[in-house]
Amino acid sequence: MSMAAEPNELRDDVLNGLQLSMQLERVWRTPSGLVGALMSVDHKVVGRRYILTAFAFLLLGGILAILMRVQLAGPEKTFLSADKYNQVFTMHGSTMMFLFAVPVMEAFAVYLVPLMVGTRNIAFPRLNAFSYWMFLFGGCFLWISFLFNVGPDVGWFSYVPLSSLQFTPTKRADVWAQMITFTEVAALAVAVEIVVTVFKLRAPGMTLDRIPLFVWAMLVTAFLVMFAMPSIMVASTSLILDRLVNTRFYDSSSGGHPLLWQHLFWFFGHPEVYIIFIPGTGMVSAILATFARRPVIGYPVVILSLIATGFLSFGLWVHHMFVTGLPQLGAALFTASSMLIAVPSGLQIFCWLATLWDGRPVYRTPLLFVIGFIVIFVLGGLSGVMVASVPIDTQVHDTYFVVAHFHYVLIGGAVFPLVGAVYYWLPKIAGRMLSERLGRWNFWLAFIGFNVAFFPMHILGLIGMPRRVYTYTADMDWAHLNLVSSGGALVFAFSFAVLLANVIYSLRKGALASDNPWNASTLEWATSSPPPPQNFDRIPVVKHRDPLWADSESLSVVAGLSAERREVLLTSLAEAEPQIREASPEPSIWPLLTAIATTIFFIGSIFTPWAVLWGTPPMAVTLIGWFWPTGSKEDEE
Amino acid sequence: MQVWVRRLLVLCMTWPLAACAGQQSALDPQGLQSEQIRHTLFIFLIVAAIVWTAVVIVLGLGLLRRKRTADQPLDLHQPFEQRSGRVVLALGIATTVVVLGLSFVSYAGQRTVFAKDENALTLKIIGHQWWWEVRYEADSPHQSFVTANEIRIPTGQPVKVELESADVIHSFWVPSLTGKMDLIPGQKNELQFTAKNAGIYRGQCAEFCGIQHAHMAFAVIAMSPDEFGRWRDHENQSANSPTDQLGKQGEALFRARGCALCHNISGTMAGGQLGPDLTHIGSRTTIAAGTLPNTSATLGAWIADPQHIKPGNLMPKMPLQSDEMIAIIHYLEQLK
Repeated sequence: MSMAAEPNELRDDVLNGLQLSMQLERVWRTPSGLVGALMSVDHKVVGRRYILTAFAFLLLGGILAILMRVQLAGPEKTFLSADKYNQVFTMHGSTMMFLFAVPVMEAFAVYLVPLMVGTRNIAFPRLNAFSYWMFLFGGCFLWISFLFNVGPDVGWFSYVPLSSLQFTPTKRADVWAQMITFTEVAALAVAVEIVVTVFKLRAPGMTLDRIPLFVWAMLVTAFLVMFAMPSIMVASTSLILDRLVNTRFYDSSSGGHPLLWQHLFWFFGHPEVYIIFIPGTGMVSAILATFARRPVIGYPVVILSLIATGFLSFGLWVHHMFVTGLPQLGAALFTASSMLIAVPSGLQIFCWLATLWDGRPVYRTPLLFVIGFIVIFVLGGLSGVMVASVPIDTQVHDTYFVVAHFHYVLIGGAVFPLVGAVYYWLPKIAGRMLSERLGRWNFWLAFIGFNVAFFPMHILGLIGMPRRVYTYTADMDWAHLNLVSSGGALVFAFSFAVLLANVIYSLRKGALASDNPWNASTLEWATSSPPPPQNFDRIPVVKHRDPLWADSESLSVVAGLSAERREVLLTSLAEAEPQIREASPEPSIWPLLTAIATTIFFIGSIFTPWAVLWGTPPMAVTLIGWFWPTGSKEDEE
Repeated sequence: MQVWVRRLLVLCMTWPLAACAGQQSALDPQGLQSEQIRHTLFIFLIVAAIVWTAVVIVLGLGLLRRKRTADQPLDLHQPFEQRSGRVVLALGIATTVVVLGLSFVSYAGQRTVFAKDENALTLKIIGHQWWWEVRYEADSPHQSFVTANEIRIPTGQPVKVELESADVIHSFWVPSLTGKMDLIPGQKNELQFTAKNAGIYRGQCAEFCGIQHAHMAFAVIAMSPDEFGRWRDHENQSANSPTDQLGKQGEALFRARGCALCHNISGTMAGGQLGPDLTHIGSRTTIAAGTLPNTSATLGAWIADPQHIKPGNLMPKMPLQSDEMIAIIHYLEQLK
């Protein structure tokens, strides 16, 4: 671990141009063949798989949404049975929250953050591969269970005592609780990687105040994941223990309490919303700067808002529990804290509005989705202020008003930026531009379909329609609005078909993307589209917050990294001064094998406590294999 | 234009007023509490509408206004940067003031909604999967009685409901009268409300409670204090004895065929505690927790196959001959 040159090591300063590219590509590429693919630790390969898998779950969750909207399109429909409907709404919520929204944001971070901070791979790349496999296996576990009619049916929030053994004697609640464990392991792993990547792997000169806003957003998100997810893991593990070995964490007759579950769940569940929304704001900031043709106004304000949002998000979980009989003054304080989060969110909106005010907007599809985001998200934020009020919440809680509210916030706040991000970054990821024509269709169908589907739900909630009902009678006056909503949902779903068609068509026939097709300012656009395995032939040196706008001709670069083995440059936390050269792991099959062993352990343990005994040795073996010294340079250091 | 299209347009354009016809609506308050909540809601709604409109107008103007012509993204106009920084800061402060103001509005509303009256008429409501047990308790056991899925209250008088659960979490919600409150096992919650006008107000469980959550409704029937007193006196009495042969046969079958294992009928041998009390079932407006109107036809359909009407509910299908069924229905209908 020294900067001193070792004898005979091939360094990048003696190679040039194509020679250097080819040498680094040999060193960094994923081995060929199926086994090679399974061994990959390249953040771009893993990130691509992560993104694709998350979108596959979006598709599945979306199909469930359509099934629900068909069932609710009219009164007393028998399209789905009560039992099936309850499984479907539980699967929809669980899939969208745990298998789509959080993973897809982390997936973009896995792909983009190393490129944006100018390094060759993510920190802990094998952990990253492990994370992906855990996510994939957990998601498949949930969906295969569902197809075998063991899908959870107690809601994505799985309140006790309904989810206890007494009221759900089947394995359905266990499947839900263990799926949580899978996805949380995956999410925590990515969070750690992102924090270390941002703290230690930034290109020299990328001081804290030159970090792109998207990266800041993902950094704050990673911290939220690390502090929020343990709460749900404690909750779901206690639930499994209650169900499997008769502990009494949630049993009020034995000194436990059902509200313990709600506190633990929402202490995770509210930050969860920001874990989904904050990356969305990062995407908005990135897209807005590029298409408004100027940096986002108030860079420090945006960052401080992100951090403030992160802190405040841990202080408002009780607003999900206003009707559980809490002390009135306590509840009122959570009203104030919930509303206060409107301040940092508002500040970000004001900064974006000011940026558009001064900018010269280029109306490409990503910007359309950002504009749609502002219109929809602000409405969702304002209905959020309403549900934060105790008296109003007592009426709208657990009604379609709340369903409308959080779809405005989550789809408006996260999915619109996300689709914009697909249009924005796919050229980088795949090397092809998406069709603008289809992009416009996609946007308008999504914008109109979304509002027609979800705006009527506000009214439905106020005129008395509760959530999670599989049917309603004709005399309730809810039929027309439900029909309108279902129609809108079909249009909204069709917009995703357009997106899918656009991606499939453009990957084959789309125009080739140049390195920087949008003339953007951040480092991911400084390499080829798609990037080579080593990301950059030479690590750039950053002298400006918008490096590609400041040095449009040529970036300064670092020389002296090894060209014969995987090596990254570590820099200091605040100033990003170069510190040491650090080996980066080679491809390995062990993360996959460890994930398989962990999967067997997790699934076994919902059936028998003995799985804890026989499940751990295989995990230990695979972990020993993972960390076994192989005599390579990386182990010596 | 089709009727529903017209109604829809009216509803969309004039909401929230258009929705006032609903029997289960937060926009159509019939109680002191629901009125206060709607008042708070409207204040929030107006502020929200102003803010959203302002944002969209600024967004639109920002996109449409004539732009400077410089082509370099980093060629920024410093006075604008400073000015916009100050504007953003001012708007941030304004946001803080608005949300703090709304917090106080909310708290004021909350205090009114949750104000307690010591002299309130008290009743106890116990949630079951998927029906409501309603207990009118008084100091003397002779003044106490139990009913199900139908809550009668006097108008103009504060009513306190004590909420408990026998199994999972439910939520008591009558939007026309007040907001909701959960029924949580191992915990006693309470809620107070006052009905201003006589009428039938539908309520429904608002917390997902299992397979038949959708069919866990109830009715609050507000009546004048005099009428309420008469109803209460009547309800205190044991069940009517059947007057005719068919009714007597029905009463015997009610015991013999197992109905009495789960259902109580005061003054008879039927003393089951698992299902709803049927002492005065004949005078209730609905059956199966608000699922069906109470007629001999629906009662027959329900008894013949409860699992068809409310799949997964805890009432089993009993093997009954058609003449036995007729007798039981006849008996139950006499239990006014």
